[in-house]
Amino acid sequence: MERILFYFLALVMVVFAIKAVTSRKMLRSVIYLLFVLMGIAGIYFMVDYTFLAAVQLAVYAGGVIVLIIFSVLLVHHIELRLDVATATRKWAALLLSALGAGLTLFAIYSYPFQAVENRNVTEIEVIGAGLLNTGDGGYILPFEVISILLLAVMIGAIVIAKGEKLENNK
Amino acid sequence: MIAGVSIYEILTVTTLLFFIGIYGFLTRKNMITMLLSVELILNASAINFVIMNKYLFPENLEGVYFSIFIIAIAAAESALAVAIIINLYKLVTSVEVEDTETMKY
Repeated sequence: MERILFYFLALVMVVFAIKAVTSRKMLRSVIYLLFVLMGIAGIYFMVDYTFLAAVQLAVYAGGVIVLIIFSVLLVHHIELRLDVATATRKWAALLLSALGAGLTLFAIYSYPFQAVENRNVTEIEVIGAGLLNTGDGGYILPFEVISILLLAVMIGAIVIAKGEKLENNK
Repeated sequence: MIAGVSIYEILTVTTLLFFIGIYGFLTRKNMITMLLSVELILNASAINFVIMNKYLFPENLEGVYFSIFIIAIAAAESALAVAIIINLYKLVTSVEVEDTETMKY
Protein backbone atom coordinates (compact mmCIF):
# COMPACT_ATOMS: atom_id res chain seq x y z
CA MET A 1 0.00 0.00 0.00
CA GLU A 2 2.70 2.48 1.03
CA ARG A 3 4.72 1.41 -1.98
CA ILE A 4 1.85 2.20 -4.34
CA LEU A 5 1.30 5.56 -2.61
CA PHE A 6 4.99 6.38 -2.92
CA TYR A 7 5.06 5.55 -6.62
CA PHE A 8 1.93 7.62 -7.16
CA LEU A 9 3.50 10.60 -5.34
CA ALA A 10 6.76 10.18 -7.25
CA LEU A 11 4.95 10.10 -10.59
CA VAL A 12 2.86 13.17 -9.67
CA MET A 13 5.95 15.08 -8.52
CA VAL A 14 8.07 14.34 -11.58
CA VAL A 15 5.24 15.02 -14.06
CA PHE A 16 4.23 18.28 -12.40
CA ALA A 17 7.87 19.35 -12.03
CA ILE A 18 8.36 18.87 -15.78
CA LYS A 19 5.11 20.77 -16.44
CA ALA A 20 6.27 23.56 -14.06
CA VAL A 21 9.51 24.17 -15.93
CA THR A 22 8.05 23.83 -19.44
CA SER A 23 4.57 25.40 -19.21
CA ARG A 24 4.24 28.58 -21.23
CA LYS A 25 1.64 30.14 -18.94
CA MET A 26 3.34 31.56 -15.87
CA LEU A 27 0.49 31.27 -13.39
CA ARG A 28 -0.01 27.62 -14.37
CA SER A 29 3.61 26.81 -13.78
CA VAL A 30 3.33 28.30 -10.28
CA ILE A 31 0.32 26.06 -9.56
CA TYR A 32 2.18 23.02 -10.94
CA LEU A 33 5.01 23.84 -8.53
CA LEU A 34 2.46 23.92 -5.71
CA PHE A 35 1.51 20.31 -6.53
CA VAL A 36 5.19 19.29 -6.47
CA LEU A 37 5.63 20.92 -3.05
CA MET A 38 2.54 19.15 -1.71
CA GLY A 39 3.93 15.86 -3.03
CA ILE A 40 7.13 16.57 -1.12
CA ALA A 41 5.06 17.18 2.03
CA GLY A 42 3.44 13.80 1.34
CA ILE A 43 6.89 12.17 1.29
CA TYR A 44 7.67 13.80 4.65
CA PHE A 45 4.41 12.41 6.05
CA MET A 46 5.30 8.94 4.75
CA VAL A 47 8.67 8.93 6.55
CA ASP A 48 6.88 9.97 9.79
CA TYR A 49 8.35 13.48 10.04
CA THR A 50 4.94 15.06 10.45
CA PHE A 51 6.29 18.32 11.88
CA LEU A 52 8.47 18.84 8.84
CA ALA A 53 5.53 18.09 6.55
CA ALA A 54 3.43 20.67 8.37
CA VAL A 55 6.25 23.23 8.06
CA GLN A 56 6.57 22.43 4.37
CA LEU A 57 2.84 22.91 3.79
CA ALA A 58 2.62 26.09 5.89
CA VAL A 59 5.74 27.81 4.56
CA TYR A 60 5.57 26.74 0.92
CA ALA A 61 1.89 26.25 0.12
CA GLY A 62 0.81 28.98 2.50
CA GLY A 63 3.64 31.47 2.11
CA VAL A 64 6.01 31.21 -0.80
CA ILE A 65 3.46 30.16 -3.44
CA VAL A 66 1.04 32.94 -2.45
CA LEU A 67 3.91 35.44 -2.56
CA ILE A 68 4.96 34.27 -6.02
CA ILE A 69 1.34 34.32 -7.29
CA PHE A 70 1.06 37.92 -6.07
CA SER A 71 4.24 38.90 -7.86
CA VAL A 72 3.07 37.14 -11.05
CA LEU A 73 -0.20 39.07 -10.93
CA LEU A 74 1.68 42.34 -10.33
CA VAL A 75 4.28 42.10 -13.07
CA HIS A 76 2.79 39.86 -15.76
CA HIS A 77 -0.24 39.76 -18.03
CA ILE A 78 -1.83 36.37 -17.44
CA GLU A 79 -2.85 35.82 -21.04
CA LEU A 80 0.69 36.44 -22.23
CA ARG A 81 2.59 33.32 -23.23
CA LEU A 82 6.20 33.09 -22.14
CA ASP A 83 9.03 33.19 -24.64
CA VAL A 84 10.58 29.82 -25.26
CA ALA A 85 14.32 29.34 -25.36
CA THR A 86 15.99 28.62 -28.68
CA ALA A 87 16.23 24.98 -29.72
CA THR A 88 20.02 24.98 -29.30
CA ARG A 89 19.79 26.27 -25.74
CA LYS A 90 17.02 23.78 -24.93
CA TRP A 91 19.00 20.81 -26.22
CA ALA A 92 22.17 22.02 -24.49
CA ALA A 93 20.29 22.37 -21.19
CA LEU A 94 18.64 18.97 -21.65
CA LEU A 95 21.99 17.34 -22.42
CA LEU A 96 23.65 19.01 -19.44
CA SER A 97 20.91 18.04 -16.99
CA ALA A 98 20.65 14.50 -18.37
CA LEU A 99 24.41 14.16 -18.01
CA GLY A 100 24.29 15.46 -14.44
CA ALA A 101 21.36 13.21 -13.55
CA GLY A 102 23.13 10.20 -15.07
CA LEU A 103 26.31 10.92 -13.14
CA THR A 104 24.45 11.43 -9.85
CA LEU A 105 22.35 8.28 -10.33
CA PHE A 106 25.49 6.30 -11.15
CA ALA A 107 27.11 7.57 -7.96
CA ILE A 108 23.99 6.75 -5.90
CA TYR A 109 23.55 3.24 -7.31
CA SER A 110 27.21 2.34 -6.94
CA TYR A 111 27.29 3.30 -3.24
CA PRO A 112 26.19 0.57 -0.78
CA PHE A 113 23.81 2.38 1.58
CA GLN A 114 23.38 0.60 4.93
CA ALA A 115 19.71 1.30 5.56
CA VAL A 116 18.54 0.72 9.15
CA GLU A 117 15.06 -0.79 9.55
CA ASN A 118 13.05 1.44 11.86
CA ARG A 119 9.58 2.83 12.45
CA ASN A 120 10.64 5.66 14.76
CA VAL A 121 8.10 8.41 15.23
CA THR A 122 9.71 11.73 16.16
CA GLU A 123 7.95 13.84 18.75
CA ILE A 124 7.88 17.57 18.18
CA GLU A 125 9.33 18.09 21.68
CA VAL A 126 12.50 16.28 20.63
CA ILE A 127 12.92 18.54 17.61
CA GLY A 128 12.29 21.64 19.71
CA ALA A 129 14.69 20.50 22.44
CA GLY A 130 17.40 19.85 19.84
CA LEU A 131 16.91 23.24 18.22
CA LEU A 132 17.19 25.06 21.55
CA ASN A 133 19.96 22.89 22.97
CA THR A 134 23.02 24.88 24.04
CA GLY A 135 25.16 21.82 24.72
CA ASP A 136 27.00 19.49 22.36
CA GLY A 137 25.20 18.91 19.07
CA GLY A 138 22.73 21.67 19.87
CA TYR A 139 21.40 23.99 17.19
CA ILE A 140 20.78 27.15 19.22
CA LEU A 141 23.33 29.26 17.32
CA PRO A 142 22.04 28.55 13.77
CA PHE A 143 18.50 28.94 15.12
CA GLU A 144 19.28 32.45 16.40
CA VAL A 145 21.22 33.33 13.26
CA ILE A 146 18.19 32.29 11.18
CA SER A 147 15.94 34.55 13.24
CA ILE A 148 18.29 37.51 12.65
CA LEU A 149 18.45 36.61 8.95
CA LEU A 150 14.65 36.60 8.72
CA LEU A 151 14.48 40.00 10.42
CA ALA A 152 17.10 41.39 8.04
CA VAL A 153 15.23 39.93 5.06
CA MET A 154 11.96 41.42 6.24
CA ILE A 155 13.46 44.91 6.53
CA GLY A 156 15.38 44.48 3.28
CA ALA A 157 12.31 43.33 1.36
CA ILE A 158 10.29 46.32 2.59
CA VAL A 159 13.06 48.78 1.71
CA ILE A 160 13.73 47.28 -1.73
CA ALA A 161 10.08 46.89 -2.73
CA LYS A 162 9.32 50.47 -1.68
CA GLY A 163 12.28 51.74 -3.66
CA GLU A 164 11.82 55.23 -5.08
CA LYS A 165 9.15 56.49 -2.71
CA LEU A 166 11.35 55.95 0.33
CA GLU A 167 14.06 58.09 -1.24
CA ASN A 168 11.65 60.91 -2.06
CA ASN A 169 10.22 61.09 1.43
CA LYS A 170 13.55 62.17 2.89
CA MET B 1 11.03 4.64 6.62
CA ILE B 2 8.52 3.81 3.92
CA ALA B 3 7.66 0.09 3.89
CA GLY B 4 8.83 -1.64 0.73
CA VAL B 5 10.59 1.41 -0.71
CA SER B 6 14.37 1.42 -0.72
CA ILE B 7 16.54 4.52 -0.31
CA TYR B 8 17.66 4.19 -3.93
CA GLU B 9 14.18 4.76 -5.32
CA ILE B 10 13.62 7.90 -3.26
CA LEU B 11 17.07 9.28 -4.16
CA THR B 12 16.27 8.61 -7.83
CA VAL B 13 13.12 10.72 -7.57
CA THR B 14 14.93 13.57 -5.82
CA THR B 15 17.75 13.47 -8.37
CA LEU B 16 15.19 13.77 -11.17
CA LEU B 17 13.51 16.71 -9.41
CA PHE B 18 16.87 18.42 -8.89
CA PHE B 19 17.90 18.15 -12.54
CA ILE B 20 14.45 19.14 -13.79
CA GLY B 21 15.03 22.29 -11.72
CA ILE B 22 18.45 22.76 -13.33
CA TYR B 23 16.90 22.34 -16.78
CA GLY B 24 14.26 24.95 -15.95
CA PHE B 25 16.87 27.36 -14.60
CA LEU B 26 18.91 27.07 -17.80
CA THR B 27 16.03 27.39 -20.27
CA ARG B 28 13.72 29.95 -18.65
CA LYS B 29 14.15 33.62 -19.49
CA ASN B 30 11.70 35.09 -17.04
CA MET B 31 12.94 35.86 -13.54
CA ILE B 32 9.88 34.55 -11.70
CA THR B 33 10.00 31.21 -13.49
CA MET B 34 13.73 31.00 -12.76
CA LEU B 35 12.85 31.54 -9.11
CA LEU B 36 10.43 28.61 -9.35
CA SER B 37 13.22 26.40 -10.67
CA VAL B 38 15.45 27.43 -7.76
CA GLU B 39 12.68 26.45 -5.33
CA LEU B 40 12.51 23.05 -7.00
CA ILE B 41 16.28 22.57 -6.61
CA LEU B 42 16.23 23.60 -2.94
CA ASN B 43 13.32 21.28 -2.17
CA ALA B 44 14.95 18.32 -3.87
CA SER B 45 18.05 18.76 -1.70
CA ALA B 46 15.91 19.19 1.44
CA ILE B 47 14.22 15.81 0.83
CA ASN B 48 17.66 14.25 0.40
CA PHE B 49 18.68 15.46 3.88
CA VAL B 50 15.51 14.02 5.41
CA ILE B 51 15.73 10.68 3.61
CA MET B 52 19.40 10.17 4.49
CA ASN B 53 18.50 10.96 8.10
CA LYS B 54 15.57 8.54 8.21
CA TYR B 55 17.15 5.63 6.38
CA LEU B 56 20.77 5.74 7.54
CA PHE B 57 20.80 7.47 10.95
CA PRO B 58 17.27 7.19 12.41
CA GLU B 59 18.49 7.96 15.96
CA ASN B 60 19.69 11.44 15.04
CA LEU B 61 17.70 14.42 13.79
CA GLU B 62 20.39 16.38 11.93
CA GLY B 63 18.64 16.01 8.58
CA VAL B 64 15.42 17.42 10.00
CA TYR B 65 17.21 20.47 11.40
CA PHE B 66 18.99 21.10 8.14
CA SER B 67 15.72 20.79 6.23
CA ILE B 68 14.08 23.31 8.54
CA PHE B 69 16.99 25.71 7.94
CA ILE B 70 16.80 25.11 4.18
CA ILE B 71 13.06 25.87 4.21
CA ALA B 72 13.63 29.06 6.23
CA ILE B 73 16.42 30.27 3.95
CA ALA B 74 14.40 29.40 0.83
CA ALA B 75 11.47 31.43 2.14
CA ALA B 76 13.77 34.38 2.92
CA GLU B 77 15.40 34.11 -0.50
CA SER B 78 12.10 34.06 -2.37
CA ALA B 79 10.76 37.02 -0.38
CA LEU B 80 13.84 39.09 -1.24
CA ALA B 81 13.79 37.94 -4.86
CA VAL B 82 10.14 38.94 -5.22
CA ALA B 83 10.92 42.37 -3.72
CA ILE B 84 13.79 42.85 -6.17
CA ILE B 85 11.65 41.68 -9.12
CA ILE B 86 8.84 44.09 -8.23
CA ASN B 87 11.29 46.98 -7.86
CA LEU B 88 12.87 46.04 -11.18
CA TYR B 89 9.47 45.96 -12.86
CA LYS B 90 8.85 49.52 -11.66
CA LEU B 91 12.14 50.64 -13.24
CA VAL B 92 12.31 48.75 -16.55
CA THR B 93 8.70 47.43 -16.83
CA SER B 94 9.95 43.96 -17.61
CA VAL B 95 11.09 40.89 -15.73
CA GLU B 96 12.85 39.22 -18.64
CA VAL B 97 16.52 38.52 -18.01
CA GLU B 98 17.58 40.06 -21.32
CA ASP B 99 16.05 43.44 -20.48
CA THR B 100 17.97 43.87 -17.24
CA GLU B 101 21.38 44.83 -18.49
CA THR B 102 22.67 47.34 -15.97
CA MET B 103 22.85 47.34 -12.21
CA LYS B 104 22.40 51.10 -12.07
CA TYR B 105 18.92 52.04 -10.93
